[in-house]
Amino acid sequence: MSGHSNWPEWIYVGVVICLLAYVGAEAWNVERLVEHTPADAEVIKVVGQQWFWTFEHADGTKEVGELHLKKGQPYKFEITAKDVNHSFNIHDYVILQDAIVGRVNTAWFVPDEAGEYIIQCREYCGLLHYNMRGTLIVEE
Amino acid sequence: MVLELQKPRPIWQIMFSTHHTDVGLLYTITSIAFFFMGGALALGIRAELFFPGTQIIADSMTFNRIFTVHGTAMIFLFLLPFASGVGNYFVPIMVRYKDMAYPKLNAVAFWMIPPAGALIWLGFADFTWYATPPYSAIRSPGPSADMWIFAQKILGVSSVLGAINFIVTILKCKHPDLPLSKVPLLAWSFLSASLIVIVAVPTFAAALVMLLTDRLGVSGFFDPSKGGDPIAYQHLFWFTFHPEVYVLVIPAIGMMYEIIPRFSRKPIFSQSSGIFAFVMLSIVSFSSWAHHMYATGMSFTEKTVFMIGTLAAVPASGMHVFNFIATMWGGRIRFATPMMWAVGGIALFFSAGAGGVANAAMPFDFITHDSYWVVGHFHLFVMGTIAFGSIGFLYYMFPYITGRMYNETWGKIHFITAFAGTVMVFFTQHVLGLYGMPRRVFDYIPSPEYIIMNQIASVGAMIIGAGMVIWLINMIYSAGKGKEANMDDPWGLGGKYYFPHQAKNPHH
Repeated sequence: MSGHSNWPEWIYVGVVICLLAYVGAEAWNVERLVEHTPADAEVIKVVGQQWFWTFEHADGTKEVGELHLKKGQPYKFEITAKDVNHSFNIHDYVILQDAIVGRVNTAWFVPDEAGEYIIQCREYCGLLHYNMRGTLIVEE
Repeated sequence: MVLELQKPRPIWQIMFSTHHTDVGLLYTITSIAFFFMGGALALGIRAELFFPGTQIIADSMTFNRIFTVHGTAMIFLFLLPFASGVGNYFVPIMVRYKDMAYPKLNAVAFWMIPPAGALIWLGFADFTWYATPPYSAIRSPGPSADMWIFAQKILGVSSVLGAINFIVTILKCKHPDLPLSKVPLLAWSFLSASLIVIVAVPTFAAALVMLLTDRLGVSGFFDPSKGGDPIAYQHLFWFTFHPEVYVLVIPAIGMMYEIIPRFSRKPIFSQSSGIFAFVMLSIVSFSSWAHHMYATGMSFTEKTVFMIGTLAAVPASGMHVFNFIATMWGGRIRFATPMMWAVGGIALFFSAGAGGVANAAMPFDFITHDSYWVVGHFHLFVMGTIAFGSIGFLYYMFPYITGRMYNETWGKIHFITAFAGTVMVFFTQHVLGLYGMPRRVFDYIPSPEYIIMNQIASVGAMIIGAGMVIWLINMIYSAGKGKEANMDDPWGLGGKYYFPHQAKNPHH
């Protein structure tokens, strides 16, 4: 229509699509690996409520606001909420799953370094959302 | 055009007029007023976050209400009405018709905005602009939440009415000699955005009614204790509001399509690829809504589908950027204020898009989701792209509205402060997100990284604020006392160009 050839634009679009295909394929591949929970992972039940976290270990012991885990052991979180939506987040280990009433979402990880890490809520949940924190303590 | 200040009329004549330039003026002025009100809230947020702990805002509930109203006001009371204002001014002229197709409907659509704005501002709800249940259904304090819901209802009707009007004006009222392919890209952008509105908005309208009845306790659509599903709301919400992002950004790109060729003194590189990209964007805008919901426990397949749908929006956006650069290439560019805003907007659009590609990649989203990264990312769109395009276009429209020129030096200073401020605030917020700071927080952990980055962002916000004050003074002063504009060629660009005021467009 504009009376001149558009070939540079189509080459450019082709390059963009190739880049996107690369990003997409790589993301697909990584996510596929990340979603594969190891068989020996120990289950931790996580419950979010306004405005704190409770944890239940496989042996039935419960913790509030603090979570003690052992280094090198794979863990699988089963995350849910009691009142409104929350989001369970351990940023240092890239654990992020929404805690939703009536649903159980899962995430898994292996703590590989002893120390203290912040557990926080990443989904807006009201008055004290900003302060809905806990501590992950990884022991040797 | 109106030239209000040269031929003054009593204000009620403008207010009760149904002429498209008058309604356009009402839209423009109202939206700018809400922009300054919403901006003041943003400065409050940034001042509060300058240090950890409590600064100027008394408690977290007030803070939550402030960011909720900031978001709602900026999107629904500034960006959307501003675009409608520009469309009202230019779409009838560009399709060579005497007015909008339905002038009374047009005025009605505008007059729904002030009451909705009043409901939002007087209610001051706290459940974020996204109002997710169960919080919004069972915990959010009323009546502010109910006022917000009614306001959204009114705004939804208003934008559907506006969209119908634009579609009919462009498709049915355009001059018979003007083929659709020759309709300027600004009008095309309104056609694409209006089609999206018609398809997308009813979904949220339904969700709002369901949310309201949930709040009244007569239903439990989204309340798990009554067997409902809160995730259903998120799907309904994002099915409307992901496309809504394109409703906002497409007219802003259309405005840049008006500015860039004019100040590059060259025709648009390719009108047809611009049209193609607009149509593509309006289609793919519906393929990506659930990328906001990766962390809600979606299956691997769902996430993959929505990642592909999200990435599909990139080539069309890239075509616009290419078109802009190719138009400027080899042009005799004149960096007057509108051009600076348009070029700055494109640069920020590109960075926002690059961040979007990173976000769409599933594993990375679990680092950035609901963190300050997201705040920085979407502000690069809404502020960096859409508001930049809009402000640039307001400078561009200024001589046509007032018959006078704005002060060029202060216009450039305004651009430089806003661009520097935007980079300082929103690029920093990306990094803040990578460090794991959640969004929508009243307070944060006093770690040195958080403190310094929040302070950079707050200083940037104050710089933007100072620039906007300069803008306001420039607009008001120049509208009354500015130099008279040379209406044939306000920027001295030379050449034969189609200027809106030359169109045969009888006033009343």
